[in-house]
Amino acid sequence: MPNIHDAMWEKLNLDLEAHAGLLEVLGKFYGDIYMSQQGRLKGMEYLDFVLSEVHGLRIKELQDAKASGKKVVGTFCVFVPEEIVLAAGGIQVGLCAGAEIGKGEAEKVLPRNTCALIKSFVGFKLAKLCPFIESCDLIVGETTCDGKKKAYEIFSEYSPVYVMEIPQMKNASDRQLWKSELLRFKSQVEETTGNKITADSLKDAIHLLNNRRRVLQRLNRLRAADPGPISGRDALLINQISFYDDPVRFTTKIGELCDELDERVKSGTGIAPEGTTRLMLSGCPMAVPNWKLPYVIESSGAIIVGEESCIGTRNTRDLVDEGGRTLDDMLDSIVDRYMRIDCACFTPNTERLDNIVNMALDLNVKGVIHYGLSFCQPYAMEAFKVEKALTGAGIPMLSIETDYSMEDVEQLKTRVEAFIEMTR
Amino acid sequence: MKSRSKDQTVAGIDIGSRSIELVVLNADGILRQLKTPTTFDPLGQCRRLMGELEGGRVIATGYGRKLFAESFGQMDVSTITEIQAYALGARFLHPEARTVLDIGGQDTKVISLSETGKVFKFEMNDRCAAGTGKFLEFMATALQVPLESFGEYALRSDRRIAISSMCTVFAESEATSLMARGERPENIAMGLHMAIVQRTIAMLRRVGVSAPVVFAGGVAHNPCVVRLLEEQLGQPVIVPGNPDMVGALGAAICGKNGF
Ligand code: SF4
Ligand code: SF4
Repeated sequence: MPNIHDAMWEKLNLDLEAHAGLLEVLGKFYGDIYMSQQGRLKGMEYLDFVLSEVHGLRIKELQDAKASGKKVVGTFCVFVPEEIVLAAGGIQVGLCAGAEIGKGEAEKVLPRNTCALIKSFVGFKLAKLCPFIESCDLIVGETTCDGKKKAYEIFSEYSPVYVMEIPQMKNASDRQLWKSELLRFKSQVEETTGNKITADSLKDAIHLLNNRRRVLQRLNRLRAADPGPISGRDALLINQISFYDDPVRFTTKIGELCDELDERVKSGTGIAPEGTTRLMLSGCPMAVPNWKLPYVIESSGAIIVGEESCIGTRNTRDLVDEGGRTLDDMLDSIVDRYMRIDCACFTPNTERLDNIVNMALDLNVKGVIHYGLSFCQPYAMEAFKVEKALTGAGIPMLSIETDYSMEDVEQLKTRVEAFIEMTR
Repeated sequence: MKSRSKDQTVAGIDIGSRSIELVVLNADGILRQLKTPTTFDPLGQCRRLMGELEGGRVIATGYGRKLFAESFGQMDVSTITEIQAYALGARFLHPEARTVLDIGGQDTKVISLSETGKVFKFEMNDRCAAGTGKFLEFMATALQVPLESFGEYALRSDRRIAISSMCTVFAESEATSLMARGERPENIAMGLHMAIVQRTIAMLRRVGVSAPVVFAGGVAHNPCVVRLLEEQLGQPVIVPGNPDMVGALGAAICGKNGF
């Protein structure tokens, strides 16, 4: 079926036929998992629209911005400081992918035992499926897990990748390294965009992105109510969209949605009855359209009230200090804020354990489901520690390891349901 | 809860990928228990099994529980998972049970129970059939031994050889090459049983093994698996009289007690 955006996609050199297939799957999946929900918020219409146009109007906006001289920077990790890109007048988009569609292509250049997230973004590139990747003027990789680190070497044969070095520990010398990497990134972004970052522009960028984090924090506070006013799937989608949409629009729209949530909470209206089993997710990021596990959980009679993940609280918990006056002060504040990220690629990473336990207690959940992508070693290793920490706090945990395929859905349902029965 | 008259029945049905079991309870205890293969028409099989059973509550469990609940909407049907069903069934038969092992047609489950009988940890095998009843069935066919006597057959071995492969396909080729080298088929059968038990033990250790252990599911009929498990665990395992009915029984118990 021809699409009004075909000409644009063709210009971006997408494989139109395969891409149409992707959109069809995405649309169907979205229909099944999202549109079938009862009592959704009015504010979700914005997200439905953004998602339906994620490869359409949003890409058109990016193209228009590019035509007016703006630059687009693509990233794969919440470690890449968006403040820098915004301060230089650029646009940052997340490139993590959650669909299996390019897997066959990816496995031609990657070992089979690579995590689905990596296979997906490499597959999207090779199969010419992602208009975001093709819109980027700069693609930024980072030295986090070994899988990604080596995958960027392969990816860079198809698109140039700038790689940031992320420290592995949190000592003073690591902070120094991170500071110098931030400065190197700043020069690169200034060169790509042709704009110098000033104290004023950085101040605005910090404020803008803090506001985006604040609105997501507000969302998390509101959804913690019982009865839950919004499904975990919808909340996850909001977090996912925050990586694609214009930050100003996003913040405004989610602010409105939060007002609606506020009213629901006040009137005690929920999408599920009061007392519905409350669970929390923890672990690897879930990129669009990886909604498999949330769907399985919420169709088994539980509600997800929080995500301890990079598409979740790891991305929104900490703000950049806004007290800095000089450019250098502000850069230091950025360094400090990003050094607080508790990714499993760090060693040791005990903050994450504390954060998970505190979050589970604050949210008053009955249990935590730890989500690891198959072959993701950092999170698989930490799953054992997380379980120990949670069990110690009297909170049961279920460890799930899966990928983007649908073949284990029935098995997952049984395990998740049994876990819910167990926590009753 | 609604009050139930004395002759009111509660049924538990366990719809697995290989077989379907039905247990009917009334106030005096087990009224009826039946078993049938799943075939390609599970709903038809359920219908036949349910027979003249009218009214009363039905609790469905197993792989086909949702399908059953959707198709028998006119009845009072609810569902529970196999984990919960096996825990309840085992605990009903052996109130002191602390660990439940179930090896069924296509999956293996290990459940750890608290002193009061609550599930507090469980494990299930991952996607493939390695280490399940299907594995034994496949291997019995390969060695041309009837499945029902495969365990006794293996117990006639005179030597223990290790089969390292747990993948059904590789294990078969390993068995074939052992045959070609003139190994006694009884010894090969023993090796295959050892492989399945080894895998089960690893799962048991992950949830922690507290005594007593109840062994349920179709494979519990196999004396060689029971013997090897006891050897490895260093303690007796309890096999209920009708090990394949434990899931259906647990479902029925759940219906009786409410959840
Ligand atoms: S999990 Fe770690 S590597 Fe992955 S996006 Fe988050 S911070 Fe980056
Ligand atoms: S999910 Fe794990 S293996 Fe995959 S990219 Fe993230 S950290 Fe690396």
